[in-house]
Amino acid sequence: MKSKKPSIPYLGWMLVFTIVPLLMVLYYAFTDDTGAFTMENFTNVADYSHIFLYSLYVALISTLICLVLAYPVSYSISRCSERKQSIIVMFLMVPMWMNFLLRVYAWVLILQSYGPLDTMLQFFGIHLKLIGNTGAIIVGMVYEFLPFMILPLHAVMSKIDDSLIEAAQDLGCSGVYVFRKVIFPLSIPGIISGVTMVFVPTASTFLVAQYLGGDQLMIGDVIERVFQFNHNTGSAIALVLMVVILGFLVFMNRFGDKEAVGR
Amino acid sequence: MKKKGQKIYFAVIMAFLYLPIVYLIAYSFNDGKTSVWKGFTMKWYTALFNDAQIMGSLYNTLIIALLASVIATVLGTLASIGIYNFKGGVRSAIQNISNIPIVNPEIVTGVSLMLLFTFAGTMMGFEMGFVTVLLAHIGFCTPYVILNVTPRIKQMDSSLYEAALDLGCSPVQAFFKVVLHELMPGIFSGFLISFTYSLDDFVITYFTRGSRFQTLPVQIYTMTHQRINPKANALSALLFVTVLVILIISNIVSSRKDKEAAR
Repeated sequence: MKSKKPSIPYLGWMLVFTIVPLLMVLYYAFTDDTGAFTMENFTNVADYSHIFLYSLYVALISTLICLVLAYPVSYSISRCSERKQSIIVMFLMVPMWMNFLLRVYAWVLILQSYGPLDTMLQFFGIHLKLIGNTGAIIVGMVYEFLPFMILPLHAVMSKIDDSLIEAAQDLGCSGVYVFRKVIFPLSIPGIISGVTMVFVPTASTFLVAQYLGGDQLMIGDVIERVFQFNHNTGSAIALVLMVVILGFLVFMNRFGDKEAVGR
Repeated sequence: MKKKGQKIYFAVIMAFLYLPIVYLIAYSFNDGKTSVWKGFTMKWYTALFNDAQIMGSLYNTLIIALLASVIATVLGTLASIGIYNFKGGVRSAIQNISNIPIVNPEIVTGVSLMLLFTFAGTMMGFEMGFVTVLLAHIGFCTPYVILNVTPRIKQMDSSLYEAALDLGCSPVQAFFKVVLHELMPGIFSGFLISFTYSLDDFVITYFTRGSRFQTLPVQIYTMTHQRINPKANALSALLFVTVLVILIISNIVSSRKDKEAAR
């Protein structure tokens, strides 16, 4: 039990299947197809900067919507009896376990022209293009990742002791004040992990835009397409995406630590 | 949940999560390819079961998930024990590297492995397919096993192992009879998470599968990409029912265990 030896196979594994592949991304990103050093791939990345920004924008809006939708739900779930909570959590997880492409596909069916929603709106004389735009992408993202916001929020909120809330009320706090002084500060770790769990996959996902966004692509779709003909530029885009996401994670971590120290 | 407003809001969120799936399933029984209802049929289910390609993909998915999760469980359990015996800084460095496949955007992991496998393939003369997908799946499953097993090692009393040795066990016997028994809950949940993640993975499989090897999620992609395919609805219905049954059973089992523990 005191030996380090059992980890040797996995240490070798990590070297070959985690570190070497990432070094290869690095290598391809800084070379051209003859293997000579170049920075040209990164100037190519600049051509896609609007898609980068667009992806971050979609991720930001989707994350905010998820947070606003999830917060009250998570709170009311966390005030239920324990038995009830575990059943509700189970029913929140069922849609998560469906394949993500099928969940996006469901929204293609719902939003398509002459689909159920379109027919209903037309009946009331409203003519809208429901699919093939940013709105449709955001709806798809929120649908995909809402449970990833509810679950961490609920996990943290279910630990908030009822007596803390009652104490605040006894001491004369109004509902708004109880929220600002007790519930919200205690739920911050849940907000941080929920935001992380929604933002990262939303910003980097691929195919959701291809299914719901019409011609509008996101950065994941660009990586896939560029890789089909140019590994070097593709690697450079992947590298930039990785750095952006890691930067975001570090930022969220710092933020979390500060909050923890502040209390 | 006491207040009426909370209940209504909760119902709205649940409807948002479930209505698309209900719609998807309802239209798997529609005799017609459009969103107009043309009468009840089971023909999409018959077509699904008679589709040799889909059944082949299902078989591939199950084989990959089973092999990947078993191998990842063994590799990850051994690794957790070994890594635990490293000191502070080295240990956290190893753990950080191990978590890269979890933290990194899936698409980056996917393309980085694709670079590795295409390079190794041209050097050693093989094509991507079953083996490369299996390797990729083991790669992203093992970190989850480690994350589940490590806390159990921390909780374990190391004198248990020494007691077994004092009582005449060989180190191997002591490992199988005592250590493994203590770690079992963590090993089991690591295995389950690996199995479900492997079943559901699309992105990493997509980049490492080569041109011929198909898994069910890849098959779903080819079925639903830029077209409507009622067979995909039938498949959704079957997957949904499977997930629901598994989750309900596991929920009942765990609540029984809780009751027994309470006695």
